[in-house]
Amino acid sequence: MKHIRSHVLVCGGTGCASSGSKKVMESLKQELELKGLESEVKIVETGCHGFCEMGPIMIIYPEGTFYCRVQPEDVPEIVDVHIYKGRIVNRLLYKEPISHEMIPNFEHMQFYKKQMRRILTNCGHINPEIIEEYIAVGGYAGLGKALTEMKPEEIVAEMKKSGLRGRGGAGFPTGLKWEFARNAPGAQKYVVCNADEGDPGAFMDRSVLEGDPHRVLEGMAICGYAMGASEGYIYCRAEYPLAIKRLHIAIKQAMDMGLLGDDIFGSGFNFHIKVKEGAGAFVCGEETALLASIEGKRGTPRPRPPFPAVSGLWGKPTNINNVETFANVPLIIVDGADAYASVGTAKSKGTKVFALTGKINNTGLAEVPMGITMREIIYEIGGGIPDGKKFKAVQIGGPSGGCLPENMLDLQIDYESLTAAGAMMGSGGLVVMDETTCMVDVARFFLNFTQKESCGKCTPCREGTMRMLEILTRITEGQGREGDIELLESLAKNIKAASLCGLGQTAPNPVLSTLRYFRHEYEAHIRDKKCPAGACTKLSGYQITELCKGCGLCKKACPVEAITGEIKGQHVINQDKCIKCGACMAKCPFKAIIKG
Amino acid sequence: MKTVEDLKRLREKLQTDNQIRHAAGTQIIVGMGTCGIAAGAREVLSAILDEIAKAKIQDVNVTQTGCIGMCEQEVLVDIVKAGGPRISYGKVTPDFIPKLISEHVVNDRIVEERVIGKITK
Repeated sequence: MKHIRSHVLVCGGTGCASSGSKKVMESLKQELELKGLESEVKIVETGCHGFCEMGPIMIIYPEGTFYCRVQPEDVPEIVDVHIYKGRIVNRLLYKEPISHEMIPNFEHMQFYKKQMRRILTNCGHINPEIIEEYIAVGGYAGLGKALTEMKPEEIVAEMKKSGLRGRGGAGFPTGLKWEFARNAPGAQKYVVCNADEGDPGAFMDRSVLEGDPHRVLEGMAICGYAMGASEGYIYCRAEYPLAIKRLHIAIKQAMDMGLLGDDIFGSGFNFHIKVKEGAGAFVCGEETALLASIEGKRGTPRPRPPFPAVSGLWGKPTNINNVETFANVPLIIVDGADAYASVGTAKSKGTKVFALTGKINNTGLAEVPMGITMREIIYEIGGGIPDGKKFKAVQIGGPSGGCLPENMLDLQIDYESLTAAGAMMGSGGLVVMDETTCMVDVARFFLNFTQKESCGKCTPCREGTMRMLEILTRITEGQGREGDIELLESLAKNIKAASLCGLGQTAPNPVLSTLRYFRHEYEAHIRDKKCPAGACTKLSGYQITELCKGCGLCKKACPVEAITGEIKGQHVINQDKCIKCGACMAKCPFKAIIKG
Repeated sequence: MKTVEDLKRLREKLQTDNQIRHAAGTQIIVGMGTCGIAAGAREVLSAILDEIAKAKIQDVNVTQTGCIGMCEQEVLVDIVKAGGPRISYGKVTPDFIPKLISEHVVNDRIVEERVIGKITK
C-alpha cells in the first residue's frame, strides 16, 4: 500500500470526450502500469471545465499544472517527464493569446483570474460520478442545514433576501416565485428543473450537469422542502446524453446514501427526482410548453395566468427554475443571503455564467459577478479578438437577445442595463463578432432559427417570423426594397405584442437590435446592394489586385473556370461566371485576392 | 446517512483523501535529476510513500525537483513543514526513511547529523 502522491484529473466532459479524452485516460492507465507508478497516482475523470477549445484538459496535482490539447501520443512523455521526474512538459502548457506567455497553473491564467467561479467551482475538479467527491467539498451541507435548522418559511425569506433572479433569461426574483408556489393551495406540488438549454452556442447548463450534477439535485431538494413539494422533475434535452447519464448516476447514489428519497436526515421530508428527456424542440424551453411535454402532450405554450406556481404540472402548483438558478441555492443556504448579496449590483445579485463563443481567443465558460463590464469579459477574460481583427459587436441572449456595439463595451452587465440597451441577459450566451461579420446576416441567422422552432400555435409568431425571415433573406441576397426596414419594424412591434409565448415575443429582438445600432448596414444592402462586411456572398465579389504574380494557382483552383490570365501576367476574375466560393483566395500565396 | 452529523463525519474523512488538490501542510521534495535517479531517488521516493501510508500521515505532499548542482550528495530529500524552513538531507537511502519520517515529519525533530543545508524564508 503506497501513499497516493499525485492526482491526475482528466476532463471527461462532452467537449473533451469528443476530442479524445477517453483514449488519453486509457493511455495514461497503461503508461502508469508500464512504469510501475499505478499505486502512487490516482486518475480522476472530471466533468466539464468550460474551456472546451483547449481540450482534452489534464490537471496534475499537487503541482496544479494545467495541460491543454493532450493527445494519447503525449501521455508517455507526460508520465516520464512530469509524473516520474517532476518536470513540466512546456509544449503542452496554455499560452496567453496576445503575449504567448506560458502559464503552468490555471489560477494565473487571464481567463480564470478575473472569474468568480462559485457555481462552476467543482466543474473539472471533482469526479461527478462519485458522490463522495461532492461531499468532500461540502456537498449536501446546504440540504442538511435547511432540513434540520431552518423552517420552510425561513428558507423562502432567505431566498428573497439573497436577491437571486432566474438565470434562464427572464430574471424573475426566485424567492418570490418560491413563495407563490408555497402559498398556492394544494397537497401535491412539484419542483421542475429546466435543463433544455436550447440557445445555440449556450453550454453553461451542460457543464454544470456534467461536472457537478449533485449541486442541482441539492438545490431542487431545498426548493421542495421550502415549498412543500415531494417530487421533482429534471427536463433535460436529449442532445445532452452525458448529462442525462450523470444525472441518473447522481440520483441513484444520492438515494443510496439517503440524501434523496424518504425521510431525509430523519426530518420527515421526502423528495424523489425523475429525469425526463426533451425531444429537440427549442420551444420546450418555455415553461408551459415544457410542462405540457412532461405530461406527454405536444410541446406548445398556453396563455398565463394561471401561472405554473398556482397551476402547473398536471394542474398542481409547480415551481420551475433553470439549472443555474438551482445551482445557486446550496450556496445561499450555506453562506447566507447577506454574503450572497454582497456580490453584484443593486438589483442583480450574485454571479452569472456566460458562454463566450464566436470571434474570441479564449472560448469557454466565464463566471463573473454581475456588474462587470463587457470590455473586461471580452478583452481580459476572453483574450481579445483573434488574428488582430477589430471588434464589431457582441450578441447577448441568443435568438431572443440583441447586440451591443463597440461604444457600449463599458456597460456594466446586469438585467436592467442590458434590457435598456435593447439586449437581454438571456441564458448567458455571448457571441463575439468582428469586422467580417454582417449584422443583417446575423439577424437573418437568428430569425431562421426561431422560425424553424416556432411551434405554430399562434399566428403572430408562426406567420410573422416567416415574413421577417423572407424580408431579411431578400435583403442579404441583394433583393432588398425601399420600405423593407419600416416593414420589419412594424412587423416586429406586432409580433412582440401579440405572440403567445417568449419565443415569438423575443424573436424580433435580434432584428430590432441590429437596426438600432447598425441601420447603415441594412441601408447599404438595400440601396447600394453592397455588404459592408463582405460576408453576404451574393453581394460581395472577389477581385485580384496588382499584387498578382501570375502564378496561375487561382486559375487552377477555380471550379467554374472564371479566371483568365497568362503565366507571369495579371489574372482577372470574370464576375459573371464567379460563384463566389472563395477557392481562389484560399489558394493565392501572395494575398493578392481580396473580397469586397 | 441518517443524520447531519453522519454527513459531517464523512466529509471530514473524505477531505483528507482529496486534500492533495488543495494546499498542504508538509512538503517532501525528492531530487529527481539524472544524478538523483542514478543515485537511487526512485527507490527513496517509493520508500517515502510506503512509510507515509504505513504511518497514516495526513496533510503531506510528495513532489520531485531537478538537479540543484550538488550531485555528489544525491539522493537529496528536502522537508518543509508548514511555515518552517526548508531542510535538505543528503545521501539519503531507503533504510533511513522510516527514521527520517518519524523524527522530522511526525515529531518535528530535525535529524541534525544528516542535514547538509537549510533555506529559511
